[in-house]
Amino acid sequence: MSDWLTTILIFLPVAGALLCFVLPVGEYAIASFALLVALAEVGVWIETLVRFDFSGGLQFDQRTSWFSDLNVSYHVGLLPFSVWLIGLTTVVLAAAIAYAFWTGRDRPRAYYGLMLVLTGAIVGVFAAQDLLLFYVFFEAMLIPLYVLVGVWGGAGRLGATFKLIVYTMAGSLLMLVAIIVLGLSQNTFDLIDGGTSNSSWLFLAFAFAFAIKAPLFPFHGWLPDAYREASPEVSAVLSGVVSKAAAYGFLRIAIAKFPGPTDDFRVVILVLAAVGLVYGSLLAFRAPDLRGVIAYSSLAQMGLITLGLFAANDLGLDGAVLQMVNHGLISATLFLLAGGIERRTATGEFLLLGGMARGRPALATVLMTTGIIALAVPGSGAFAGEFLILAGVFQEHWLYAVVGAAGIVFAAMYMLRLISGVLHQERGSAVSDAALDLRPAELGFLLPLVGCLLALSVWPAAISEHAFPGTRATVNVNSNFKRACEQIEAQRPSTKCFVLEAEGTITLP
Amino acid sequence: MIAAIQTPHVDWFTLSPVLAPLGAAALALFVAVLTPRRWRRPFSAFLAVAGFASGGVFAAFVFDRSPQPALEIGNAIVRDRYAALGQVLVCAVGVVAVLVSYAERMRDDHIAEYYALLATAVAGMEFLLQAHNLMTLFLGLEWFSICLYVLCAVDRELVGSLEAGLKYLIIGGLGSAALLFGSTLVYGATGELEFTRIAANARPTDGLFLAGLAMMLVGFGYKASAAPFHQWTPDVYEGAPSPVTAFMSAATKAVALLLTLRVLRVAFPQEAHLWTVALAVIATASLVIGNLGALVQRGVKRMLAYSSVSHAGFMLIPIAANNALGARALLYYLVPYCAMSLGAFAVVAARERELRSPVTLDNLAGFGWERPLLGAAMWVFMLGFAGFPLTGGFLGKFYVFSSAYDRGWTWLVIVGALATLVSLYYYLGVVRALYMRSPLELRLAPTGGSPPPERMLHAATFTCVAVTIGSFFAVQPLIDVARRAAAAIPF
Repeated sequence: MSDWLTTILIFLPVAGALLCFVLPVGEYAIASFALLVALAEVGVWIETLVRFDFSGGLQFDQRTSWFSDLNVSYHVGLLPFSVWLIGLTTVVLAAAIAYAFWTGRDRPRAYYGLMLVLTGAIVGVFAAQDLLLFYVFFEAMLIPLYVLVGVWGGAGRLGATFKLIVYTMAGSLLMLVAIIVLGLSQNTFDLIDGGTSNSSWLFLAFAFAFAIKAPLFPFHGWLPDAYREASPEVSAVLSGVVSKAAAYGFLRIAIAKFPGPTDDFRVVILVLAAVGLVYGSLLAFRAPDLRGVIAYSSLAQMGLITLGLFAANDLGLDGAVLQMVNHGLISATLFLLAGGIERRTATGEFLLLGGMARGRPALATVLMTTGIIALAVPGSGAFAGEFLILAGVFQEHWLYAVVGAAGIVFAAMYMLRLISGVLHQERGSAVSDAALDLRPAELGFLLPLVGCLLALSVWPAAISEHAFPGTRATVNVNSNFKRACEQIEAQRPSTKCFVLEAEGTITLP
Repeated sequence: MIAAIQTPHVDWFTLSPVLAPLGAAALALFVAVLTPRRWRRPFSAFLAVAGFASGGVFAAFVFDRSPQPALEIGNAIVRDRYAALGQVLVCAVGVVAVLVSYAERMRDDHIAEYYALLATAVAGMEFLLQAHNLMTLFLGLEWFSICLYVLCAVDRELVGSLEAGLKYLIIGGLGSAALLFGSTLVYGATGELEFTRIAANARPTDGLFLAGLAMMLVGFGYKASAAPFHQWTPDVYEGAPSPVTAFMSAATKAVALLLTLRVLRVAFPQEAHLWTVALAVIATASLVIGNLGALVQRGVKRMLAYSSVSHAGFMLIPIAANNALGARALLYYLVPYCAMSLGAFAVVAARERELRSPVTLDNLAGFGWERPLLGAAMWVFMLGFAGFPLTGGFLGKFYVFSSAYDRGWTWLVIVGALATLVSLYYYLGVVRALYMRSPLELRLAPTGGSPPPERMLHAATFTCVAVTIGSFFAVQPLIDVARRAAAAIPF
């Protein structure tokens, strides 16, 4: 049974999707069936989590030859950090499907089927241990996304899908070339068996593909259109989960398979990530609408996560994985909230919104809680993630840490603007008294997301200490540094000094 | 005293894949004379299917019983697995083409001739696949080409059909002439007709010999509709009845490409340094011209015609790679390609019958919601052409690129990847038309009741979907067969 867990995680939603396409039942039944499958998927993930041994490496792996002359196999398995990302995927997708169920969608058979196919494809990306299989899932993600945005999106959806496809495929095809070259030159496409490579060109091809998908500055041209035109739950999936697939690609392939080129190009990527962080934050601060703020903040956060990844030390990597999960949950919650607000007011423009807190305590509480966590208030999970990332990237150069810290300040600026723009100030012209508070059903899919965020705030180490085997990043007073600290504290009584370090070292698979 | 002409021993088993469809054609013509008019269509269609099926079964037997290539009938015909696999493929294409044709509006008077011509064309292709000297090569090529000229013009009530036939006749004649002239020059230079003996007597420095090789390449280029020899393709594909186009786009291209690989590898191995480069250039030209041409088309058949030009480019890459991996790649790619091509034209034929007018991107609007099964099938074919995963088209491209990389031509891989990127625009344009137009734009089929269910056409389409998707999952068996077939070609 354990051996099959990964395969079940991938193909349970796909099987559910096929049933959605063919089951001769009504629209309501199809939607509830899809939700049931999504919840079952969460259940399977919890079972996986319980059985997973976080001190070990690859687990629940299954390997069958796909075609032998080029040594390509169906090889799936779970690494500690992919378990968390798969968890994020199942939870966010279940919430997204619940949102769609609540609002209702035309042509439900096609809609829910595609959502479930998307779930399977994303889980597949996180579980694939073969380069070609990774590419297959990476591309398979795009097919349902294309239709989900193109059919159920807003007025400008055709342009948005066109941009989305052209941008991502430009990167993907380059990645395909790189995969062919890497796989044939190593004579295996297996990620576990295959060694590392020193080719800068291949590294750049992979990095390019992931930088577009994430997206990183300056490859984010598709982002504002796609996030604005897609329906809210698809935007939630795009920014919450699909962007993490790209970050995962950086971690699993670009950094793990190309240690030499990662070193060579680290400065370039770190600078781009830092620029993206500042640029995205500023755009988010200036964005005139709800979705614009969330979209650009997503760009900024992906920059921050990339900073952590390419710090390429224990603290940075642990922080990046933690922050991937945090941001996935935050942006999904915010997009679903934005969808709820747009349904009540028919607009997302701040000019027309405001004053919604009065008489709507549930909405105010949920938005406030999520917003406060998003701006990384100390004590929140996002704070823990960002702190680890900053500590990691600080070891690379203090300047990055300064920019990153500035990013946290910017986050406070745009999140507080969002919160006050919606909840406080004068009542907006689009807000009528008839606009209801969050309904119980909406709380049904929002509260689990917020609950996850609060749980991570209480215990961020659940992820940061269990993302890579054999390492735990901790705030630790080391005896050697303790004396130096005491001296500093003695000289400047107002300062508090502590030493941050990691035990053990991360060796990427 | 008159010297008796020495007749060679005839191995009927080797010829059986050719003779089965040919016999079916003859029977179909008899049926046309002897049966009442209303029985002609089912009878002749059944005979054609039976001929193709038995031809395919015979070819499978030949495949099984020919582990070693052998020359038969005065060394004019080769019996090997490469030819046999090609014959199975062409027979399968023939069966699907009959299913697509069945409900096409053609007058019952001459319906038997249609199926007889189709069966004869398949017989010619089967013969060509076994050709092993310059005479049988030309004979086979003309044999099926003449049938296709007539098939293109067969529907006299269809605007453009006659024009398509005439265009194909003239330009195809040019291609045949180039091939014939090239063969003559090669024969003149070497004094040999048979492929292996041409290789043995090759004159790599003889201008006449090389000119002959070049002209033969031109002839193959015409048949495979590779740029810059593709000018006939859009007009003929557009003008010919859709089932004929479906058959041509799949079978003709497959046969032409398989033959190109055989002739070049068997007869001209010493000149590989020349023809690999030439083919790489032709492939690049096809990719560029095919993709750019397809970008601006509104008519779906014309778009698919240009797409077939670009696919000729894709499938010339493994031939240019000139390695065993390339031979496998070509054989593998042909399976999903034939399925996608047949299937796409089948869906176009279905829409044409509904609308009674040529299918454009505009009047395809909403088709995906209106006819969910055919729409989903068209979606699969477009994704397959564009090389998305979960279709054999993706792995075909993967194999093709791998063979080019194996040859050391990374630049060709990059050209192919760029061409794929450009092609997304027009393939996804069809998907956009199928599903994403706003309801106001939808031009639904003219009312007057839904069109009669076409079970044959649906069966054909879903067979194609099954092959397109199935070839993605069942790579290993297909590659094993391809490996055994490609072993007949010396590398």
